[in-house]
Amino acid sequence: MPDLTLLIFLAFSGLILGACLVLAFSKNLVYSAFSLLGTFTGVAAFFALLGADFLAIAQLLVYIGGIMVLYLFAVLMTSGIADVKVTNRSIGLKFALPVAVILFGLLAKLIFSTEWFVVKELPEATPTTASIGNTLLTQYLLPFELASVLLLGVLVGAVSLGRREVKGD
Amino acid sequence: MISIQHYLLVSAAIFVLGLLTVATRRNALGILLGTELVLNAAALNMVIFGRYSNHMAEGSIYALFVIVLAAAEAAVALAVGLMIYRNFKTIDTVEVDDLKG
Amino acid sequence: MNTQFFIDYAWIIPLAPLVGFLINGIGTFLKLPYVRSKTVVHTIACGALLLSFIFAVGVFLHLSSLEPEARSITRYLYTWLQVGSLKADAAFLLDPLSSVMMLIITGVGFLIHVYSIGYMADDPSYSRFFTYLNLFCFAMLLLVMGDNLLMLFIGWEGVGLCSYLLIGFWFKEKANAQAGMKAFVVNRIGDFAFLLGMFLLFWTMYDYGHASVTFKEIGQHVGLIKDVEVGGWPVLVLVGILLFIGATGKSAQVPLYVWLPDAMAGPTPVSGLIHAATMVTAGIYMIGRLNFVYTLAPEALVVVATVGAVTALFAATIGFAQNDIKKVLAYSTVSQLGYMFLGMGTGAYAAGIFHLMTHAFFKACLFLGSGSVILGMHHEQDMRKMGGLKKYMPVTYWTFLLATIAIAGIFPFSGFFSKDEILWKAFEAGGHISSWYYVLWGLGIAGAMGTAFYMFRAVSMTFYGELGARAHEVPAEEASHGHDDDHGHHGHGDHTPHESPKTMTFALSVLALLSVVGGFLGIPYALGHFFHVPNFFEHWLEPVLNHGGGHHGGHHSVPPIEYGLMIFSVAIALTASYLGYLFYTKRQDLPKKFVAKFPKLHALALNKYYVDEIYQALVVNNLLRLNNFLSAFDAKVVDGAVNAVGSVVRVYSRVMGFWDATFVDGLVNGVAQLVRQLGRALRKTQTGRIQNYLYVAMLGVVILMIWRML
Repeated sequence: MPDLTLLIFLAFSGLILGACLVLAFSKNLVYSAFSLLGTFTGVAAFFALLGADFLAIAQLLVYIGGIMVLYLFAVLMTSGIADVKVTNRSIGLKFALPVAVILFGLLAKLIFSTEWFVVKELPEATPTTASIGNTLLTQYLLPFELASVLLLGVLVGAVSLGRREVKGD
Repeated sequence: MISIQHYLLVSAAIFVLGLLTVATRRNALGILLGTELVLNAAALNMVIFGRYSNHMAEGSIYALFVIVLAAAEAAVALAVGLMIYRNFKTIDTVEVDDLKG
Repeated sequence: MNTQFFIDYAWIIPLAPLVGFLINGIGTFLKLPYVRSKTVVHTIACGALLLSFIFAVGVFLHLSSLEPEARSITRYLYTWLQVGSLKADAAFLLDPLSSVMMLIITGVGFLIHVYSIGYMADDPSYSRFFTYLNLFCFAMLLLVMGDNLLMLFIGWEGVGLCSYLLIGFWFKEKANAQAGMKAFVVNRIGDFAFLLGMFLLFWTMYDYGHASVTFKEIGQHVGLIKDVEVGGWPVLVLVGILLFIGATGKSAQVPLYVWLPDAMAGPTPVSGLIHAATMVTAGIYMIGRLNFVYTLAPEALVVVATVGAVTALFAATIGFAQNDIKKVLAYSTVSQLGYMFLGMGTGAYAAGIFHLMTHAFFKACLFLGSGSVILGMHHEQDMRKMGGLKKYMPVTYWTFLLATIAIAGIFPFSGFFSKDEILWKAFEAGGHISSWYYVLWGLGIAGAMGTAFYMFRAVSMTFYGELGARAHEVPAEEASHGHDDDHGHHGHGDHTPHESPKTMTFALSVLALLSVVGGFLGIPYALGHFFHVPNFFEHWLEPVLNHGGGHHGGHHSVPPIEYGLMIFSVAIALTASYLGYLFYTKRQDLPKKFVAKFPKLHALALNKYYVDEIYQALVVNNLLRLNNFLSAFDAKVVDGAVNAVGSVVRVYSRVMGFWDATFVDGLVNGVAQLVRQLGRALRKTQTGRIQNYLYVAMLGVVILMIWRML
């Protein structure tokens, strides 16, 4: 009987790759945007498989709950719904696709030819939230704070970029 | 048992497809979707390496920072896109070619 | 009263005149309304000096409350400059010597400020005058209070500047401006030597590991370079002589005295303050301050004493024949400064400083008195046109007379004590050091006789007889032009002499009083020990000047010859005074006979020994000739060479221009064309689509990866 985790892995791999292909090649921007949902979900499942429980939840909340919705709004706002079908054309595919395929081939070769330095026995996956919180507020305090400052800056910057010009400004 | 290579292969596929999207899409929003793929692949790699080298917390934290940066990027990039749309009345990158020499 | 307060705030002493200078100066410069009020101007100026004087007295009281050894306080303000081993602080040295000088400067300075209120009352540049006067007091205080040579030098130059400004105060008259320039240039010669002396001292000390410009440190370590020689000369002697040359410029000694008589072109209070009481004594102060250098350089001391004695007699003889009352006093100042240097040169520093002080009193009094006379005579300075002023100007007369008795050295007025002390020390040095000092003593005695004579001559011509009785003696060509009589003083209708205002007579009275009693501060032991009165002044200065050598030890037995010399000098002074009185009142025929008998001698003295003319012929004319020669050289040879070079360059540049236009430009244009064509081709790759750039980047990554893996 095949390993259950392997089955799950294969199922979500399929989901991810399918979604990515739709995203990359669909002519419809709305399809592309929705297919991002599949990718994010798949990756969240991978996080869970890898034992990163906190991150899986964060991925679901932040990406799917936040970023995805943002993109959908943007897609809906920037284009007229009527000509949605032709909004997401590709160009230069005949040049880029071979290069991408070659790149993937090279990466695959790299992945299989490299002697990965891994632990012999994979430890049991334990809840990571506590250790992440600890590490963030001790060893990674400075990056953590910087990230918060960055987010604040982004907030202000996005508002200032996106606001309508005030008359007489 | 799933080995590290399996995960990395999926991650590489996401990355390459994201890159392809960025390179070929004419729609600025489509390009941004591609960047999300690329960033997600990167975050996934962090977690994979963290898991297989028994540094779960660090891997998660790096992935977390990637997510934070992705969110920041998305916000700014969408605002930039909005500005482009306002100035050019389109977000088709082929028509926005002011840098043409 | 806690006098420590005055020490803590000693910086107020120089600061107050500086503030006064700034207030009045800015007001004058910007023509602000407040300087139009004379009351405001002189209240500020005099108030500043009064404040300084109060603090100077406070410092004096504090110092006198201390043990003699502790009477040396350095008040550090800030580090002024520090370059390598040269470190100069802005710091004030408060010790007996500087406190005496401070008292003289601020005290006499204050009186002269008060006097100027009356004297300058009608001058349109009233505020400018007080501005300069305050600046001068600031610079002079800096000079005497600085704790190092550099600060002394700053003050030294500062007073020189003020002197220049004040001599040329009425600069619209060309002669006045020239007198100012003369003073400045002559002083520069001295200052140059002074700087050399400073450098020499500093570098020699540097070689011996104690580079410093601070008086205290120089004093401590100067013994190290006692035996050092430069070119066969002991270095300290060189230093002493170079510094003394600086002093001859500032203090108007032979041969650089020529500027001082001309400096009388300035307003009379200036003559009294700067050119009699304070600035010209800077040289004496400097020697007193650096007495430790001079004590180790006896040869330099001999030079100082000789120059001093020669000047004392030389200037006195010129004084015989002068008719301008201020010129008489100017030569008298030169002569008295000579006495001070004689005193310094015999190692009797305390006596020299003592004479400096008494001289400041009586000479300031004399100058102010002469100013009063000049004002009373409606700006007439020629004594031949005066006479009989006694009844018109009683206060001026009495104060002038008292000061004259003091300067003549008649017992018990102040001049007697100080001058006699110097002469006695010189005589004593003749026995102790070398018999050459006997000669100097002789010169000094002769000069003293001359002093008494010409001073009483001046008194007689001015105050006795009848007004204008001698006017016929004035040659016609001189009678037409006055001296400094056209600076806006036109208000008086009548020509009777009149007494001066209260501010002036007040200053005169105080100074006259000081001239009379000032000497009791320094009663020589020979007289004092009868009444158990010590020599306050010498004891006071002893902590600073105790390097003066062994002249203090032998006080317990007074050689009878000292009494003899005292009586002798008083007798000489009395005789000369009487002769001066007699010749110019009752027996006016005698000097005329003398002149008739020795016309050349008289002409020599009248024309100041032709020193100015000699300088003109030897120095100035030669310099001008050199100047002309250089100018001609410049015009002919240098310009010719330059023009020739110019033509050659022009031809060369034509050739080069052709080469440049054809070949160089062709090359440059060719390169430019190439770049343009390349750019035209390459710009096609710049599609403006960022994604195209991304393809290329991807391609690059792929190529790099393949290359790495193979």
